[in-house]
Amino acid sequence: MSTPIVLASSGAEFTPPGAELFDFPPLFAGGPEWLTKPVVLALLGSLITIAFAWSAFAKPKLVPRGMQNIGEVGYVFVRDQVARPFLGKDAERWMPLLLSMFMLIWFWNIFAVIPVIQFPVASHIAFPAVLALSVYILKIYLGMKHQGPVKYFTNLIPPGLPKPIYVLLVPIEYLSTFVLAPFTHAVRLFANMFAGHIILAFFSLVGYWFLIENPSWLGAPVGVLGVVMTILMTAFEMFIQFLQAFLFTMLAAMYIGSGLHADH
Amino acid sequence: MSVVAQSAIAAVEGNVGAIGYGLAAIGPGVGVGIIFGQGVNAIARQPELTGVIRQNMMLGFVLTEALALIGLVAPFIYG
Repeated sequence: MSTPIVLASSGAEFTPPGAELFDFPPLFAGGPEWLTKPVVLALLGSLITIAFAWSAFAKPKLVPRGMQNIGEVGYVFVRDQVARPFLGKDAERWMPLLLSMFMLIWFWNIFAVIPVIQFPVASHIAFPAVLALSVYILKIYLGMKHQGPVKYFTNLIPPGLPKPIYVLLVPIEYLSTFVLAPFTHAVRLFANMFAGHIILAFFSLVGYWFLIENPSWLGAPVGVLGVVMTILMTAFEMFIQFLQAFLFTMLAAMYIGSGLHADH
Repeated sequence: MSVVAQSAIAAVEGNVGAIGYGLAAIGPGVGVGIIFGQGVNAIARQPELTGVIRQNMMLGFVLTEALALIGLVAPFIYG
């Protein structure tokens, strides 16, 4: 059996995929170093979001047809599940930001299971970090504007507790609001997409290795298991992709709401 | 005997970060289980409040998951 050199490069031993899945060279030789596959996909995702919103909402009709139907399903979902519970009567004002954020992240995530593309943009932490940072800056700006530059920071601390409690409460409250909240906001999306991409790569590599690259009677059941798991995990990943886009938008709405009004 | 012990020690390979993440996942694992268990329980008791309960379930889920996420990045920070 003659296997090509590239396939045999890992020797006779199965090597699971690792972090090297996420390293990309520049897209074309001699091109700028930052122009890699994830950057192009990020731009593609934002273009698709713009095209989607344009085709759905540019010329709205009283009786929706075609894309406007799909767009309105998405709009109503984000408004009822994300915006209204956290923003109340301000929901409509923040819908453009929340809907486009939801759509953008969902398109970015869906790239992970589209054949040929197969890369979740958010598995490079820079992309979710920028989104989370902009929400963080927006939150602090809104808090200072609507509650007052000093009042915003004092409103975070609930009044009327015994004095010694404040020694514990004040640092924890500030740490969780100003350090951990934006940090986990970004890392949650990143970690889910990163882990999901590795899981899919691992199971499909198991199937490929045991059935095509290095087939044997003993290894065949393992390979079949790998293929079956790849299909199942792809379905699961699609659910996770939607859930993470939803959670990111939900937390963004929550942070914006916490800037607009003091916690009760 | 010491040769056997040495070879046994030498046979253990890998990253301590993996163990660290395993430990960090225990607490959030229990917490997420409690949240969704109680959430399903609450929906079964009050099906008409499903929307509100699911909202709070998701909120509790993301806050609990934060601990597991910190555990995930800790090996990268200290590694």
